Amino acid sequence: MISINNLVKKYENLTAIDRVNLEIYDNEVFGLLGPNGAGKTTLIHILATLVKPTSGTANINGYDIVKESSKVRSSIGIVFQAPSSDDMLSGYENLKLHSLLYAVPAHIREKRIKDVLELVGLTDRKDHQVKKYSGGMRRRLEIARGLLHKPKVIFLDEPTLGLDPTSREIMWKYIDKLVKDEKITLILTTHYMEEADFLCNRIGIIDKGKIIALDSPSGLKESLGGEIIEIELKNKGVGTKDTVESILKRYNFVHKVELNDKEGNLVIYVDDASSNLPVILKAIDNDNSSGSHNNSVKSVGFRSPTLNDVFLKFTGREITSQQQEDHAEGGFMERYAQYENK
Amino acid sequence: MPKGALWNDMLNMKINNINLEKELGKLYAIWLREFKVFLREKSRLVASTFTPLLWLFVIGTGFGSVATNPSTNHVMGHAEWGAAGVGYQQFIFPGIVSMSIIFSSVFFGSYIIWDRKFDFLKSVMVAPVSRSTIFIGKTFGGMTTSLLQAAILLAIGLALGIHYTPVSLMLIVVIILFLSFTLTSLGLAIGSYMESLEGFQLIISFVVFPLYFLSGALFPLNNIPLWLSILTTIDPATYAVDALRSTMLGIAGENPFLADTGILFMFVMGIGTIGMLSFRKMKAV
Repeated sequence: MISINNLVKKYENLTAIDRVNLEIYDNEVFGLLGPNGAGKTTLIHILATLVKPTSGTANINGYDIVKESSKVRSSIGIVFQAPSSDDMLSGYENLKLHSLLYAVPAHIREKRIKDVLELVGLTDRKDHQVKKYSGGMRRRLEIARGLLHKPKVIFLDEPTLGLDPTSREIMWKYIDKLVKDEKITLILTTHYMEEADFLCNRIGIIDKGKIIALDSPSGLKESLGGEIIEIELKNKGVGTKDTVESILKRYNFVHKVELNDKEGNLVIYVDDASSNLPVILKAIDNDNSSGSHNNSVKSVGFRSPTLNDVFLKFTGREITSQQQEDHAEGGFMERYAQYENK
Repeated sequence: MPKGALWNDMLNMKINNINLEKELGKLYAIWLREFKVFLREKSRLVASTFTPLLWLFVIGTGFGSVATNPSTNHVMGHAEWGAAGVGYQQFIFPGIVSMSIIFSSVFFGSYIIWDRKFDFLKSVMVAPVSRSTIFIGKTFGGMTTSLLQAAILLAIGLALGIHYTPVSLMLIVVIILFLSFTLTSLGLAIGSYMESLEGFQLIISFVVFPLYFLSGALFPLNNIPLWLSILTTIDPATYAVDALRSTMLGIAGENPFLADTGILFMFVMGIGTIGMLSFRKMKAV
């Protein structure tokens, strides 16, 4: 169990974590969802005792992250955003190294390594150097490493960042299986909506260092109320949103009008979309024929809300996808050469 | 950081035997990783063995011919080693062994920048391992690799007419380990403050080469101007070169062997402490 109390992390002119209070329960999969720079990774680093908070604290498995950092480290597993295994060593050697660092008792060490290798499906590649692994295999090795010492809490920082869709789905299956088999508490950060939706029991939306929404995925979606009508207008200006908003505000069944800033479509949150859609279209059409506005509708659709809509509602913008930095491979000279080339 | 905290981990190790066993396991793990990576990075291994040989045979032969030429021998101070029946190549041999240790140790220490760059360091620091253990594991790794490289050179020394006895070999190993511990600590201390790889060139220019050139590896130190002798005095490698020279060549050094070893040991303690303190202060991410 994790309880975070009034946690603050300030850098020189930036508040990375802003008074975060959060309880994460035993055996739950908790997702931290947020755009780049929202503070997800900083929060994970603070909980994993790699970064000291400016004020406030947190308690993990009964240990204080500031005062008992060594005990916290023994009781958690963490999988970083970028693979952190030594690529000059084999998968097995990396696991051996970490089983020693975590003081896994000698008599169960080999069995534990064998078990985690099997769990992530790397048994037949265990003696290959990590630099010969694919991106997905590296991630799985990281997960195996995080599990070696049977931690009660595991942090996964963007577990599928930079993976192709197939590897991502495989990874999801591993994570899902892990949660069912190992009885652990899992905290993952992601900016993939489907990932959070698929894996998490509860989601905290984090933006600018603050938790701005906290609920189950379905709870979050229901909080939007009803359904979503998306309208593409011929005239896609910011002004059109205000116009349409003023036309529709007299209807009780319309909750909110947003502009989808990627496609320029209008996103309208309504109750009972199927029967109210004609009303809305008629209202827009009437406004067109009566006056100066030219807001003729080009296309229209309606759907149930997704986490994307939830995110849009709480932060006022869409989550943008993230480019992953190339992860250098190989030895000293290769690394140096690769660095020089950048 | 209070000075007492520095030795806390070790104190705990002594008090609690179970802890000691665990800590030794962690130490072994860190050392083993360094050792394996060293053996696998063939290019590094080849380069670090080849460069000293280049110095030994090209500079050794080239300058050796200048030094033995009667018209220039006063310039090179030829009488200094000529009197003891030692050629220039033999004269610089202990210096070249030291050079190999200087290069491999400082580079080894500052290699921590790469560990950080490629996130390996983060994965070690998030494990329940004390910074002191990581530091000592790394210095042991540096000492092992330096010793291995020096061993190759020592074997080549046989062909140059260097004679070893069991006792002299033992003393040579002690000096090599002292010097390499000092310089690996120095490299780790510098590396722990550096956040980017850009600084690596600076280490080569401002640390590695001065340490080498000021050590008296290539020329005798008894006839140099004051400003230069001040610089050579604060270079730990000076004492290693001097001690190795007297042990390997059987000629009297600038200082008695015990004085060299004693001063070197002070560097071991001093720079070792600085290295460990820097390591403890280092940011994890």
